[in-house]
Amino acid sequence: MIRRTVVIVLGFILTGGLVDSGSAQFGDRNIEVHGYLLGNYAGRTTGLSPAGGRFSDFMLSEERLRLDIETWSEAVEAAARIRLDMFHDALGRDFDIDLREAYINYTAGPFDFTLGRQIVTWGVGDLIFINDVFPKDWESFFLGRPLEYLKFGVDGLRMRLSSGLVNADILAVPTFEPDNLPGSDRFFLFDPLAAISSRREQLPGRTFENTELAVRVYRYIWGFDVSGYAYKGFWRSPGMMTDDPAAPTEVMIFYPELFVYGFSAQGRAPGGVVSLEAGYYDSRDDSDGADPSIPNSQVRFLIGYQRQMWEDFNAGVQYHAERMQDHETYTASLPGGFPEQSEYRDTVTLRLTQLLKHQTLKLSFFGFYSPADTDYLLQPSITYKFADSFSTTIGGNIFGGKEETTFLGQFEKNDNTYLSALFTF
Amino acid sequence: MKIVPITIIASFIMSLSSGVAFAGTDTSAQDIIAKSQQASYYQASDMKAKVSMALIDKNGKERSRVMTMLRIDEAGGENQKYFIYFHEPGDVRGMTFMVWKYGDKEDDRWLFIPAVDLVRRIAADDKRSSFVGSDFNYEDVSGRDVESDTYTLVREEKLNERDCYVIESVPKKVIDYTKRVSWVDKENYLPLKEEYYDRQGELYRVFTAEQVDVIASRKDEASKFPSVTKRTMANLKTGHKTEVSFEDIAYDIDLNDKDFSERYLRKPPKKWIR
Repeated sequence: MIRRTVVIVLGFILTGGLVDSGSAQFGDRNIEVHGYLLGNYAGRTTGLSPAGGRFSDFMLSEERLRLDIETWSEAVEAAARIRLDMFHDALGRDFDIDLREAYINYTAGPFDFTLGRQIVTWGVGDLIFINDVFPKDWESFFLGRPLEYLKFGVDGLRMRLSSGLVNADILAVPTFEPDNLPGSDRFFLFDPLAAISSRREQLPGRTFENTELAVRVYRYIWGFDVSGYAYKGFWRSPGMMTDDPAAPTEVMIFYPELFVYGFSAQGRAPGGVVSLEAGYYDSRDDSDGADPSIPNSQVRFLIGYQRQMWEDFNAGVQYHAERMQDHETYTASLPGGFPEQSEYRDTVTLRLTQLLKHQTLKLSFFGFYSPADTDYLLQPSITYKFADSFSTTIGGNIFGGKEETTFLGQFEKNDNTYLSALFTF
Repeated sequence: MKIVPITIIASFIMSLSSGVAFAGTDTSAQDIIAKSQQASYYQASDMKAKVSMALIDKNGKERSRVMTMLRIDEAGGENQKYFIYFHEPGDVRGMTFMVWKYGDKEDDRWLFIPAVDLVRRIAADDKRSSFVGSDFNYEDVSGRDVESDTYTLVREEKLNERDCYVIESVPKKVIDYTKRVSWVDKENYLPLKEEYYDRQGELYRVFTAEQVDVIASRKDEASKFPSVTKRTMANLKTGHKTEVSFEDIAYDIDLNDKDFSERYLRKPPKKWIR
């Protein structure tokens, strides 16, 4: 009933807003309504279906209506914004609302305050995240939804200070949200505890002291955008623990405490742009590395370079490495049957983008390859804009690896092709 | 082995002499182009305009781009800062592009993508990048370094009842065109027409200024700035053309240098971009 009311109210706002091509003004109050209709369809191309999976050859079949409503006042510098999707998932037989963002923004002198659900992206990596510790939807990413669905909002308060000397973002998030990882209903994946079907997820308690805090301090120095970061919160990918190691009946999924400290720099390099980023992941609940259910502390590092090679063609390469701290302690405490992670893991990425026909045709390729894990993900895609408001994308996700236990190698049987169509208004 | 240093010395002497004698460049022609650049890209201390582009293919199919452009000049130099805020089409709505343009080195450029709250540096080559898919490249939008070409004043003639200098520019290093012929208005130094010739010596791209309006400074009504408010770039080889109109142009609106920053890249003040 509530859902229906929301839809009716939004429909009313939308039709009212559209009368004047998307925006209207009442005295000092302004409102703008936009959005899109998006269809996403993905099919597995390996001819295999996960056991017990509901979805068989199809991995995604959904329609989304995006409404993006913004209202603001100029008398006080304040604005409110709602971006939400009403979606229908044909495979899951589900109709629901995905509140992408909903916030109020207020400006006072050098301060900007944003309160509510908001998407936050930090760091300089291209699909490699070190200091971007905010929630991600990897399932969307592996199913070919548009890239913006890789990120989703956090519910909190952000304060930004902008001054000539230094700028700072301070973010407080009371309610922790984990990453959305691919699930076993749609994906083949590696689960060392697959034999135990009973699962219990324990999120961090909703106490004041569990509030996530994230700080970014930044400024422009000698041609570079330089940032320092600190984060107090939790791992967004869970740890797993059984109730009784001798005779396990239940797996507990939990999110250990994590602090991250890091920096990034991005700026001009001969002919292009260079990016550098590093971070120290301090795994607080396993500081000596002896608990195999919790990730050890890590050092992560990234270097990237992008340049335009010829007209409307851009290329970008990145090298990323992470080193596990206390690797010896980790191997000594790892139970039998669990695949061992190497001390060093590295990844190279390549992005190629060619725009053609007055930028209406886009050929894109993104590839991850990990020399340490010997696994990869290749993402080719073609987008054509039939008109300013209508485009379609066809693409693929091609996974592979030597082992089925590595991050990308485990998805080998999930190669898929997707089609999406977008109509904006 | 002695030939090598002699060649180096010879080329060094040649480069010195070309610097002195402008290698055939007519200094008065170069002055005219410098003034033309000034009139086209550096009017007043700052500027705001709403820019609409129609990208029209040879079958008459049209696509549109609508954006707000803001510009501020650093006093007494070539350095400038730009904001371009996109209104249309829907897939780029809310994106903001910021450029810090330098006279003596490569620009700094940033793009903000609101859907993922992402600020990203952009690597781009001005001379070879189409501006938002139009027939204009970035250089046409933000200006070309006067030192990139050598110039000859070929004649003076009337174009659409206006007295013009006709200047031939030849790039020192050929990237796309081999020759450009410009009709520069003698009174206000605005380019009224430009023809671009390709490597085969054939005319392939034509710029025309269809409308020039005189706009007064917001600070001082007596300062008036002639401005090209309707312009077209047509590609004769592909039959594609781009028509651009500038509306709500305002000069000297007290933009602040420090506002051309990440803060306003992410959150442009509504009073600017409405």
